[in-house]
Amino acid sequence: MTADRDSGEQRRATHPHVAFDRLIPSDVREIEPIVEEVTRECRELALSARQCALNVPVALTEALSNAILRGNRGIRDKHVRVRAVVSDNALVLEVADEGAGFDLDACTIDPTRPGSVEREDGRGLFLMRALMDRVERYEADERNVVRLTLHRS
Amino acid sequence: MSFSIKKQGEICVVDVEGQLIVGNRQELKQKVLDELEKGEKKFLIDFSQTGYIDSSGLGVLVSLSKKIREQGGELRLANLNDDLKTLFELTKLDTLFQIADTRERALESF
Repeated sequence: MTADRDSGEQRRATHPHVAFDRLIPSDVREIEPIVEEVTRECRELALSARQCALNVPVALTEALSNAILRGNRGIRDKHVRVRAVVSDNALVLEVADEGAGFDLDACTIDPTRPGSVEREDGRGLFLMRALMDRVERYEADERNVVRLTLHRS
Repeated sequence: MSFSIKKQGEICVVDVEGQLIVGNRQELKQKVLDELEKGEKKFLIDFSQTGYIDSSGLGVLVSLSKKIREQGGELRLANLNDDLKTLFELTKLDTLFQIADTRERALESF
């Protein structure tokens, strides 16, 4: 019995597991409480203070904002799914919307270039890329998914 | 999350409590623009009670800096914690804004 429980705990420690899974309506007011919940999970999972205070909340807010306003065009009846998968090495956040998707590789705006610093927009994807170790997009079950990977520091 | 504006001499001091993100950025923008319309010229935004800022919050700060400048006014930022400083450095917005370590230093800089 003890051996089974120990091996189970070891599996949980070494294999990725879902720490968070939630479906929310497309309303920007939903963003802050969801980000707070995910950040709380990250603190409990012992991610660094910087990752909990900057990388995760900002990057996740950007992904949720894009999913709600662009993917689902703010239509409240459309939903956004947020999942957090955790392993020993990394946190993976997946944000799925009901939109048509977009070409991630074509979004190459660099708001830090000379002449671009005074732009009022165009920093969302830039920040996701700057604050996460990997940003990917794919389609699954007719949903557009943005996956953010952050290695533990 | 909330925004409060208090007059300190001839300077409008705005405190940002909580997050400055897509869901509330318009509230901050409107409050500052209302003061600008009343004729106020000097603005200080204090982030000592701020959690995080997203791209749309940064966009509102850029927008306000332009509008205040167009009216002949001045904007200062103060009390960015280390995480917020990193955010401004990543986006190079630390080159656009005048940022002071403390509210007192920001007030003295006008």
